[in-house]
Amino acid sequence: MCRFCTRSAVRGIRFVRQGNLLNTTTFRLVLIYLALFVTSAVVLLGYVYWNTAGFLARQTDEAVQAEITGLAEQYAQGGLAQLVHTVIQRSRDPRQSLYLVVDARGSILAGNLDRRPAATLGPDGWLDFQYHRRTMDGTEEHTARARAFDLTDGSFLIVGRDIQELRSIEQLITSSLAWAIALTVAFGLVGGVIISRNMMARVDQINQTSRNIMRGDLSQRVSVVGSGDELDQLAESLNNMLDQIESLMVGMREVTDNIAHDLRSPLNRLRTRLERALMQPGATEEVRTELERSISDADHLLSTFNSLLAIARAEAGSQRDTLSSVDLSELVRGATELYAPVAEEAGMVCTVDIEDGLSVFGNRELLVQAIANLMDNAIKHGGQADGVPPQMLVRAYKEGRKVLVSVSDNGPGIAEQDRKRVLDRFVRLEVSRNTPGSGLGLSLVSALAHLHSGELTLEDAEPGLRVVLRMSTTEV
Amino acid sequence: MTNSSSPLASEPNFRLNYVADWQAVKETQEFANGGDSMRVLVIEDDIEAAAYLVKGLRENGHTVDHAVDGEEGLGLAMSAPYDVMVVDRMLPKRSGLNVVAAIRAEENTTPVLFLSALGEVDDRIKGLKAGGDDYLTKPYAFAELLARIEVLVRRSNPEQVKTRLQVGDLEVDLLSRKVTRAGVGIDLQPREFRLLEYLMKNAERVVTRTMLLENVWEYHFDPQTNVIDVHISRLRAKIDKNFDVPLLHTIRGAGYSLRATG
Repeated sequence: MCRFCTRSAVRGIRFVRQGNLLNTTTFRLVLIYLALFVTSAVVLLGYVYWNTAGFLARQTDEAVQAEITGLAEQYAQGGLAQLVHTVIQRSRDPRQSLYLVVDARGSILAGNLDRRPAATLGPDGWLDFQYHRRTMDGTEEHTARARAFDLTDGSFLIVGRDIQELRSIEQLITSSLAWAIALTVAFGLVGGVIISRNMMARVDQINQTSRNIMRGDLSQRVSVVGSGDELDQLAESLNNMLDQIESLMVGMREVTDNIAHDLRSPLNRLRTRLERALMQPGATEEVRTELERSISDADHLLSTFNSLLAIARAEAGSQRDTLSSVDLSELVRGATELYAPVAEEAGMVCTVDIEDGLSVFGNRELLVQAIANLMDNAIKHGGQADGVPPQMLVRAYKEGRKVLVSVSDNGPGIAEQDRKRVLDRFVRLEVSRNTPGSGLGLSLVSALAHLHSGELTLEDAEPGLRVVLRMSTTEV
Repeated sequence: MTNSSSPLASEPNFRLNYVADWQAVKETQEFANGGDSMRVLVIEDDIEAAAYLVKGLRENGHTVDHAVDGEEGLGLAMSAPYDVMVVDRMLPKRSGLNVVAAIRAEENTTPVLFLSALGEVDDRIKGLKAGGDDYLTKPYAFAELLARIEVLVRRSNPEQVKTRLQVGDLEVDLLSRKVTRAGVGIDLQPREFRLLEYLMKNAERVVTRTMLLENVWEYHFDPQTNVIDVHISRLRAKIDKNFDVPLLHTIRGAGYSLRATG
């Protein structure tokens, strides 16, 4: 039963090509995390900004507002004269706010601004402008922020503050924020690539091991890094699973061995008894014929049984360690030499075309068996076309990195829909019911092709059947 | 067969319609031995199979001792000289491999034929490595076993190395690779020559189809079709056609024998 599973599993699985970095789950996760990080960084830094630079700006505005309230009170109490007086007093402190009182005719009455600023009122009712601030050695251009009022007597008042320092702080904070976000993104991307690569390398390693195992090397295990992370846990689970599969397969092999032993021994006894009965003198010719037929039935049973075991062994891949470099040209030539006379005896025209120096990685005996089965098949089924002399063509040649052995006949061939089916066990097409055979010949070749990491295909030889065994060359 | 290191050990050593014509086999063997009987030790735990084997060997004029387990078998093998031993691989008390390894350690070179029901790939190699000379998978035809032990015994007592072989009026010169019958030269293909050489070296004995496939072609698989028969009939057409007395005889159900007399 397991034989079937192994087969279909190996056929069914298609490996994803070596992962594209952007396509990995890890990298996608990293991108999502990065977006989250950037968002939270922006929110966090925005809050910091609001609490620092924003706070200072608001404080300035509040201070100016308080001054205005104070001055408005003075103006209400003592008119322009008292306002001018207060402004003159307050202007003496250089750290103090900026003031300017201008009368209706435009002459400056008091204040520490040298002229009325040219700037226009902003949408918030504030005036942002540049002015020349007196320092120890001349003047400097500074930024200021102020409010302006037209007073009832036609004069004009400006109250403001120097915000040069505030602007510097704001700029400092803004550029720090920009850098922080840029660095977050950069580190996030680089880190993401590194982590993904790392993960990919480990996942690739697991993939590679699985592939090797599927090729039949069940002794391989996924390596565990020892960090105890998810991948390690996955690797451990995989390894446990492999242990179980291996013990199942070993068990199966033992069962097969036991069946081989338990079934062959009674069959051996049966055959022995029949042979012994045949040796008894005095048996009539009829009895002898019956005994002979029984013996050949037992032999047929055993032959089928042996083919099944051979297929099972090939599919289990346990003979993989017997593979070595084999001169396929020589091997096909040898097999042809053995079978060509049989074909000729069957009235076939046998054509052989073998390229020199073809070499594959294989097991000589098994390959000979496979090629012999193909020729046997061609000899059995090839000569059924009416009126045309039966032919067999054996070719061995190279096609790119592949070495091909093809055996063609000009018989009835196999309909396209049946071609895959005949590689299964015991499948015999209606047309070949009358020829001897167990229906295991091609199944065995297919299993052997698989063992050699090769491929067996059935094609139309127009007319007839061409069976092609395709293997990789060992040439460099 | 010691030189063969085939990993394909388990193919059946029997053929369809492999039913021996006992009279012919017996006559051939008796003729071959010239009345010389062999001392054979059979170590086999399957009583029924062993009884048949012992009976068959005795009927063919050989002296047979039988042991039912590894210990008893080893004791017998150490105490008396045998011409050949037939050893089952799976035995109680001591495995067949173990028994053979033990007697080989004592520099006992008696040829050994392993019998096995095991179907694993490297069983044949394991058997040959442990000191076996030939390997037969159960079930086997008695004729196959008999033919093989005859050849084993002959091989273990080599006569002088001959460069000229002769059966009746058929002569083969192994050096010049010339084949003549009654003085008339015969042209053979290289493989036909090897086939004839093997038959000549085992002249007057029965050689089975499997033995020919293993020794002449060095293949260890079951070819299903009667490939060997076709090659034999081609060889027969060259050496026997046009001559009154046939030399290459078919032993029904067993194989072939090359011999000068009927």
